Amino acid sequence: MSDNHSPRTASQRIAWITTVVVASLVLVFLMAPILAIMPLSFSSGSYLTYPLPGLSLRWYEDFLNSPRWVSSLKNSVIIGVASTILSMVLGTLASLGLAQWKSKFKPLVLAIVLSPVVVPGVITAVGLYFFFAPLGLTGSYAGLILAHTALSTPFVVITVSATLQSFDMNLARAAASLGASPLYAFRRVILPLILPGLASGALFAFATSFDEVVVVLFMAGPEQRTLPREMFSGIRENISPTITAAAVILTTISVILLATLEALRRRNERLKGNLR
Amino acid sequence: MTAAFVAGADASSEVPLKRRLKRAERTRRLKALALILPLLLFLLFTFLGPIAGMLWRSVDDWEVRQVLPHTVAALADWDGKDVPGEPAFAALAGDIRTARDAGTVAIASKRLNYALNGFRTIMAGTARNLKTLPEPGTAKDTLIGINPAWGERATWAAIKGASGPLTSFYLLGALDLTRNVDGAIVAAPEEQAIYRDVFGRTFTISLGVTVLCLVLGFPVAYMLATLPTGQSNMLMIFVLLPFWTSLLVRTCAWIVVLQSEGIVNDSLRWIGLIDEPLRLIYNRFGVYVAMTHVLLPFMILPLYSSMRSISPAYMRAAASLGASPVTAFLRIYLPQTVPGIGAGSLLVFILAIGYYITPALVGGAADQMISYFIAFYTTETVNWGLASALGAVLLLATLLLAVVYGKLVHGQQVTGGMKN
Repeated sequence: MSDNHSPRTASQRIAWITTVVVASLVLVFLMAPILAIMPLSFSSGSYLTYPLPGLSLRWYEDFLNSPRWVSSLKNSVIIGVASTILSMVLGTLASLGLAQWKSKFKPLVLAIVLSPVVVPGVITAVGLYFFFAPLGLTGSYAGLILAHTALSTPFVVITVSATLQSFDMNLARAAASLGASPLYAFRRVILPLILPGLASGALFAFATSFDEVVVVLFMAGPEQRTLPREMFSGIRENISPTITAAAVILTTISVILLATLEALRRRNERLKGNLR
Repeated sequence: MTAAFVAGADASSEVPLKRRLKRAERTRRLKALALILPLLLFLLFTFLGPIAGMLWRSVDDWEVRQVLPHTVAALADWDGKDVPGEPAFAALAGDIRTARDAGTVAIASKRLNYALNGFRTIMAGTARNLKTLPEPGTAKDTLIGINPAWGERATWAAIKGASGPLTSFYLLGALDLTRNVDGAIVAAPEEQAIYRDVFGRTFTISLGVTVLCLVLGFPVAYMLATLPTGQSNMLMIFVLLPFWTSLLVRTCAWIVVLQSEGIVNDSLRWIGLIDEPLRLIYNRFGVYVAMTHVLLPFMILPLYSSMRSISPAYMRAAASLGASPVTAFLRIYLPQTVPGIGAGSLLVFILAIGYYITPALVGGAADQMISYFIAFYTTETVNWGLASALGAVLLLATLLLAVVYGKLVHGQQVTGGMKN
């Protein structure tokens, strides 16, 4: 509890109050811009200023009636879901392998697997653009799905590996000693226990693809423009209230992802608490 | 251990069991590898291969070699001291005739134009005016007759310098260096020497953003780590929600808030503090604000986790030994947060130097960072060699910093400051 920092002297109290005030201002700085644009999307006027002339859903209607925005949302979902599935398969297999693999090369392999997170987006995008163009993979869904899979798999490996670390391998041994085949043991014993970890990994993967724009900027043809890509051109040209509606839609999806993730984390902690 | 146990139990079966164990161990290792292999092969195709390809492009010099093969061969033994002899001119005339029929003159002249400004015009004019192959022995006079530039050493040095197969031209260019007529490395002409400035700017902006994140993030992390768990979990939402919000949404939000008819300017005008709107966006200020906002959670989260692990007992001990709160904070608390400060700062800096989208949208022309130029040379003016060379420099810087980061957080969780 906070008794360790409960202010004892006046000067300590002043220091603590100053910290709280400054920290609160920073938290406001973090939230304010996001909160500020939300009401604008419900404005009945076409200027992005306060006070709002009136409330309406016309910009959401505009979004839903625009083939450009709707198809971009559809593209984001298609590419996000497909790359999530692919990165879950590759990432989970690799995590299972890494958990059992002891070798002096392990740090190197881990560094390679995680490197797509560290390498700047532009470098990945330019490399992919050069590499995929002669193969006919630029301007195609397949190319974008492959690229996004490469970018999201590290998050799957990080999350699933962390889950496997806390997994008690004795349970798998017990299943084996009772005659379960490795596959059966995985399906009936390991999988149900690591499922929340897998779900978190899938959410990270989807969020990564859903938010990615640099690779899309280089590789997508007009047919594959995603929601962030459409927002990028929208911001470049001129910010219309329709973009704020798109922003609210994107933020809502982020909030749902975050809430699910938080629920999974809480459930996991509760389970761990029960086991102790 | 196992071997010793087995040896004690039954000496006669020691060897086969040892071998069996070894075999089982090997099978296990192979199985583990078989699980990792699909991802490694996948990354080879979708990540490592493309990056290796980019690095290759930064040194690959194929254009002149392919379009003017005989000229390249004829210049192989040229010492570069004087204009080459008749055979080189004859080879060049032949190559240009062939290239003109194949329509490949532009490929070579584009590359040569990087090396020597105006080469495009020389090549185009020569290709146009060289109606027939010159009579044997007259190639030199014919070509110099078409364009006197062929009688200059620099023209031939440019061809020789671009004849590949590998070149340091682009990598040197990325560092504002070039080779002079004699092949020595010298500073690039002033109008081309912009990249050191761009790297310096990238470094300055990234450092500024890192410092801002540390200054703003420290009190937040401290407060979150000090408050009771329930309250800090609640306030953590203020950090995590922006963290999860799309980069585009946040950048867009800042433009709406800071533009000249935006919320900040309107409010300031309304309370009468200003008459004219302040310029808050499409300049360096906007870049600092938006990038700090985007990267702040990457500072707060590692700082928070390092502060959480500091036992309050140390501070109490310091206080009981008579240390003033300031002394206790500076001498006991702060040193223990250094790993967190280091990890957070490095992470923010690594992410910042590669930034593209945010500066491209909220910065002016003078605020663009290195990634912008890599994108520009890839898609706008197609100079893939230079784009790759700039990319190679950025990649090298990032990887060096990442290795330091890896050493720093080694022993801490794998997930360090990543999304968790």
